Amino acid sequence: MLRAFPTAAVFVFLVPVLTGLTATVFPAFGLQPGLDDWSFDFGAWRDLAATPGIGRSIRLSLTTGIGATMISLLLVFSFIASSYDRPGFARARKFLSPVLAIPHAAMAIGLAFLVAPSGWIARAISPWATGWTQPPDAMLVQDSAGLALIIGLVVKETPFLFLITLSALSQANMDRRMSVARSLGYGPIIGWVKCILPVIYGPLRLPIYAVLAFSLSVVDMALILAPTTPPPLAVQVFAWARDPDLAMKFQAAAGAILQLGLVASAIALWSCAARMVAWGCRPFLSNGRRGGSGRLAAIIPGSGFVLLFTAAAAGIASMAVWAVTWRWRYPDVLPSTWSITNIQRHGPDLFAPAGVSILVALLAAGIALALVLGSLEHERRRSLTLGRWVMWLLYTPMLVPQIGFLFGFQILLIRTDLDGTLSAIVWTHLLFVLPYVFLALGDNYRAFDERLAVTAQTLGVGPNRIFWTIRLPILMRPILIAFAIAFAVSVAQYLPTVFAGAGRWETLTTEAVTLASGGDRRITGLFALIQALLPLVVFAAAAGLPAWLYRNRRAMQVAHG
Amino acid sequence: MYPTIERTLDMSPLSRIISVAIGAGLLATAALSTNAMAQTWDETLSAARGQTVFFNAWGGSPKINDYIAWAADRVEEEFGIELRHVKVDDTAAIVARVLAEKTAGRDENGTVDLIWINGENFATMKSGNLLAAPFAQSLPNFALVDVEATPTAISDFTVPTDGQESPWGMAQLVFMYDTARVASPPRSAADLLAWAQANPGRLTYPQPPNFTGTTFLKQIMLDLAGSDPALQEPATDASFDAVTGPLWQWLEEITPSLWRQGKAYPANGTVLQQLIDDGEINIAMTFEPAGASSAIEQGLLPETVRTFIFDGGTIGNSHFVAIPYNSSARASAMVVANFLLSPEAQARKQDPAVWGDFTVLAADRLSPADANIFDAIPRGVATLSPTELSPTLAEPHPSWVGRLEAEWQRRIIGSN
Repeated sequence: MLRAFPTAAVFVFLVPVLTGLTATVFPAFGLQPGLDDWSFDFGAWRDLAATPGIGRSIRLSLTTGIGATMISLLLVFSFIASSYDRPGFARARKFLSPVLAIPHAAMAIGLAFLVAPSGWIARAISPWATGWTQPPDAMLVQDSAGLALIIGLVVKETPFLFLITLSALSQANMDRRMSVARSLGYGPIIGWVKCILPVIYGPLRLPIYAVLAFSLSVVDMALILAPTTPPPLAVQVFAWARDPDLAMKFQAAAGAILQLGLVASAIALWSCAARMVAWGCRPFLSNGRRGGSGRLAAIIPGSGFVLLFTAAAAGIASMAVWAVTWRWRYPDVLPSTWSITNIQRHGPDLFAPAGVSILVALLAAGIALALVLGSLEHERRRSLTLGRWVMWLLYTPMLVPQIGFLFGFQILLIRTDLDGTLSAIVWTHLLFVLPYVFLALGDNYRAFDERLAVTAQTLGVGPNRIFWTIRLPILMRPILIAFAIAFAVSVAQYLPTVFAGAGRWETLTTEAVTLASGGDRRITGLFALIQALLPLVVFAAAAGLPAWLYRNRRAMQVAHG
Repeated sequence: MYPTIERTLDMSPLSRIISVAIGAGLLATAALSTNAMAQTWDETLSAARGQTVFFNAWGGSPKINDYIAWAADRVEEEFGIELRHVKVDDTAAIVARVLAEKTAGRDENGTVDLIWINGENFATMKSGNLLAAPFAQSLPNFALVDVEATPTAISDFTVPTDGQESPWGMAQLVFMYDTARVASPPRSAADLLAWAQANPGRLTYPQPPNFTGTTFLKQIMLDLAGSDPALQEPATDASFDAVTGPLWQWLEEITPSLWRQGKAYPANGTVLQQLIDDGEINIAMTFEPAGASSAIEQGLLPETVRTFIFDGGTIGNSHFVAIPYNSSARASAMVVANFLLSPEAQARKQDPAVWGDFTVLAADRLSPADANIFDAIPRGVATLSPTELSPTLAEPHPSWVGRLEAEWQRRIIGSN
């Protein structure tokens, strides 16, 4: 019975990705099975190469994707290296988790309003400090170099990398390693870089590649923050896939394959570069230099983290203000006319999409949790260790650009009459939810103190009862957090919901993205706010529930978690 | 009232008599066929009861969404039809969806029952055989449309609708400007260029292929090239180069003076409207003549905004609803299309406090009571009168759209 879980998990992954990719590859070479057109040609690739500005699209994708990943990673490493033994560290953990829960689209909308020439920052300092009676004509959002997109991605990816790194650190026994390093006289920063970083980079590789792939292929955030003349490749492919001219489908398919190649080359490039850095740093690692106290060096990453959190919070706060605004024009710092008209008028419209969001997220997160727990328990009982290919498989949906296989997967759903059904949406969401649950839970599960299970076993308790009465309650906290992460990931899905749901299922995210195209910030603000609040509430519940459940068990209070 | 020059010109006494005669003839035919039609229409009504219609329509505008929600309530109570608004952010995606269904061989039980459409999307669906058999002429309320006076009701970007879509509303390109910042608006393409150069950074247009942006390009092309008969025909390399030459020259001159030096463009018309409200730009364009009035009413534009058109006129067209070939609810989709064409629904739609979209119905075909309802609709502070809105220029053939967009891409993005 338990054996079925890994198989089921693999099925959930392989079928959509493989069929989707196949259905994308065919049209890229002029083949359209449904239309009985079997003439092989490279027309789509010629059209692709002839697209005005295609070279700059590719360059833009690469610079923003690699840039955002590199900045996020450096920020995380330098912050942890310089602050792991300070009070700011625990605070960062507390403040950054919610940022992880905020959907990309909501964050992008908030950030765009913050930094635009007529945005909140400009409103706060104009015209008294700047002399701008009318907003300056400055390209601060959608700038040609993609800086706004890089900032947006860094704000969203840094918390993810930070939390993943923390989990890797707990696996690597950071505290013990550091005590040894410190007792040998190493300074805190140099000690961390020489003794911890080389150990944790291995397990971090896949999550880093996932961030890299995501940043290279992001669509919803790029629609708001990236330049449009030309846009990054993924946005361009997305536009082609939706062009009314049917001939564009072939070009879109070729573009999707190119996007896939782009991600693969970026990962290969990154991996080579990492190897070279590691090789080049060998003399540094063994030169015996101990380094100083590094107190001053902590300032830059520390303020980076503060800035990042402030930007995220201010962006969401601006959405909250817009939700209760009637008139708010440049250069007023706050609305000239406040009103709850929008909430009264559109509040009721929130219920149906919020209900769908919650239903789908609960189902996807629940199924993902069951599959992952089942697979982990199977792995433990058989004393199996997951092969490297299984890990790569798990990451497939995060590594393959969504645009590359969703169109093809949609055709499979239509063939099987599943499209537009709740099952189709939950299945598609599972693809993206499962890897996160595995990431969030795997290490905690394997780190379980087996002595407790052995004790129970000697008392005659069977493996199933051990699982339900010992393992689950003790692991309740990481399980709930994994559930909350899964919930947040599901709520944020845009493309998968649109493709699998036949547009018939409105979620908060599809509504927010559609409304964002409508340009009424008061309503966009309301939806983006609720869209961001929903996962936050679940996060808060996941954090609070164990404390309440185990209020009578001292050993299971927060202190040791 | 003193007749306008245009009207005197194209309505000679003889043609007036002829058109009245044709109108009377059409009415007579309609009366004759009423019996035969009523029966089938009754059958349609009973088949429609209890069906669910998935109406795929752009969902970016809350006021339009509210209007569709109102229509859903009305068809529920009157015809027992459940009308579900599928909010779309780009109609082309729905064309792609129907194609995906055809590719997968789902020739019935499609997921789209009714679609808000016109222009290039319609041309694509029509030529790709993605639309249901003609239905518009069998709608009882279609008799209230005067296709002589409103040719765009049966000719969508010059493509004959052949009854495969039913008219819903009328649109015309108008310019919005903030009177607090612009004293006298520029009323031709040449004047607009001069104004932009004198006020750098305060003009932009939505990025083609967004339809407002593409319409703006067509508008400039028409203003500079005049009405060339080639525009009514499919574009060829030769006619395209000849007609659009002045447009590219104009664009080359104005681009450095645009908002963000022409290096960035807003995604669509509503984002453009937001830029006026934010004070980033001073002149914008919209495809809804009453759009500015209703935006002022809804607190989305300053009260100082007014509209204008070029002295030579601006492009106007109609928008429609169509039924895909594999719709699972053809009968109820027809009933909904007929309701959307009713005087009740059309009058409500024209009210700027609701939506402000012009009716496709002919005033002289309405009952006196219905005509009074239309007369009583306030026009809105920033809406031009019908006289001020003329002349209306015809859309070129849809084949011009793709070429204009491709050439714009090549010149603006390729050289950026």
